[in-house]
Amino acid sequence: MTPLIVIVCYLGLLLALGILSSRSFRGTSKDYFVASHSIGPFLLLMSVFGTTMTAFALVGSTGKAFERGIGVYGLMASISGLVHAAVFFLIGIRLWVFGKKYGYVTQIQYFRARFESSGIGYLLFPILVLLVIPYLLIGIIGAGKTLLPVTAGAFPDLFPNLATPQWAGGIPVWLTGLVICGVVLTYVFMGGSRGAAWANTFQTLVFMVMGVVAFVLIAKNLGGLENASKVTIQINEKGQVVQPYRWDNASKELVENNPPKVVGKLVFEGESPEPGTYSPRPLLSRTVTEVELNSKNPKTGEITSFKREYGIPPWMFATYLFIPLSVGMFPHLFQHWLTAKSAKAFKLTVIAHPLFILIVWVPCVLIGIWATGILPPLDPSKVSGVLGQIVGNVIESQVLSGFLTAGVLAAIMSSLDSQFLCLGTMFTNDIVLHNKPQDRYSDRQIIFIARSFIVVIVALTYLVSLKAPQNVFDLAVWCFSGFGALFPLIFAALYWKRTTKAGAYACILAAVASWFYYFAMSDYGKELVLGPGIMPVAVCFLISSAALVIVSLMTPPPSEATLRKFFPNH
Amino acid sequence: MKKPNYAIIWIGTLLLICLHQDSWFWDDHQTLIFGFLPVGLAYHAAFSIVAAIWWGLAMVFAWPHDLEALAEEEN
Repeated sequence: MTPLIVIVCYLGLLLALGILSSRSFRGTSKDYFVASHSIGPFLLLMSVFGTTMTAFALVGSTGKAFERGIGVYGLMASISGLVHAAVFFLIGIRLWVFGKKYGYVTQIQYFRARFESSGIGYLLFPILVLLVIPYLLIGIIGAGKTLLPVTAGAFPDLFPNLATPQWAGGIPVWLTGLVICGVVLTYVFMGGSRGAAWANTFQTLVFMVMGVVAFVLIAKNLGGLENASKVTIQINEKGQVVQPYRWDNASKELVENNPPKVVGKLVFEGESPEPGTYSPRPLLSRTVTEVELNSKNPKTGEITSFKREYGIPPWMFATYLFIPLSVGMFPHLFQHWLTAKSAKAFKLTVIAHPLFILIVWVPCVLIGIWATGILPPLDPSKVSGVLGQIVGNVIESQVLSGFLTAGVLAAIMSSLDSQFLCLGTMFTNDIVLHNKPQDRYSDRQIIFIARSFIVVIVALTYLVSLKAPQNVFDLAVWCFSGFGALFPLIFAALYWKRTTKAGAYACILAAVASWFYYFAMSDYGKELVLGPGIMPVAVCFLISSAALVIVSLMTPPPSEATLRKFFPNH
Repeated sequence: MKKPNYAIIWIGTLLLICLHQDSWFWDDHQTLIFGFLPVGLAYHAAFSIVAAIWWGLAMVFAWPHDLEALAEEEN
């Protein structure tokens, strides 16, 4: 019950902040959509970081490190720090300039003007919406799955949870989703983009602090940083995967296993493994090491084996850099950029973003590899629970468990709010108001339309989340891949004068076709790598880039007026 | 008005992307920095710091003054 009280208090604070932010609302549509370009450097940094980082930053990073080892940081985090900052500087500032000068509040408004085409908006709109929706579902379902185990036992009569008896009495996924949607809807409805920016700032602080606090307490309870680093699983000369230590629940301390506990074996041919063909401490390197691990069913006691690959294939490591390019095409991030007070407000965001990634990810990756020596082997579908389990085992503080869960919910909601707001903004501006005379609707009517759309979108997304497959998390990389495949469009639009309307259409169609080809090949959302480990997004990116360049060169260049409008030195 | 030097940005960023592919620490499972941080992780943590410094420098010598002025102009 204690964690639930902490979480309810946190949600109450968030609501209060949303209501407070609405007092600064100026009553204009520009204020509702882009906070009248009034957000300063600190709020911009926190809201952009909070929007970019989802629950994956805390829960997923720990789970992925548990699954593959330290290489996860280089694969997903350090490259994101470099690429995200590059996108904010090279794409974000330019779009902010054009948005401020010409009054755009959505990406589509920019593309329509840049390519002198109303149709490109109608083509892009459903693509962007369809790519954002799974992202929303991930947040809503993720919030429910995070809260269910933490609150297990709180309401046994009210929520028997027959489908998940181990969490009987916990708040069911549908109820958490409903509450989360309600809270986010309230502050977005009332405060618009300013409400989202204020809430994101608060939530980003919460999830950053909670990640660090969990790390410090876990390291302390494991006997300090040096001791904790000895805990990770190892592979001995016989090829056995062993846990050299265990967490003793009675004495609440780390105890050496003598002999080390065998939890699996290396997959190799012959009598014994060749030294040098595997990593003795596989989670501390990126060498690809295939192992077969044993997992015990807690209910039946039955032991099952499953294969897992530690380390990171080099091709995957190299081609993963196309994934963070996706932020350049996130419609919700575009809207956050537009809230900036000035171009200079971007400076802090660009510099601090890689450092913030470091602060959040390094502790989580270390917790993930330490957890391999304490928790039993888990198959990849269950690794998202690693952070919660290690906190429960090693810290055993109900209050901290509550705060940590609030931190995870904060990371989720700081993305959800921007996505809901951006979909409402896009429906209003790109569909309803497009091609209408400027005086057709008053500002009050425009805000009413936007708020109505946001309510409808939140309701629809919530209803879809009730029926969506629970393994929707697998879709995250596919969402990012889709946005990444479209990145050449925004980059060329801003930097290559010769990009034409036909080239833009070709780029979009090629990105969608190639993405869908691989998506179907993955059995609609499962993990897929090509050949030696190449990420499909790398191929989609190359195909869409080639289509854009070839078709642009074959078609007449944009008009002089357009070039003068978007290329100041033309 | 001073034009931003984008060539330096592209060259520096490409260099950092190359440095990101640190094959030299790929197999090292023994070296622990400060006694607890695996060297492969420490390298990429340092890479994040270098990325922040790099973009800080990039904004000094390639700040888009021309665009900034454009945003302030009246339509």
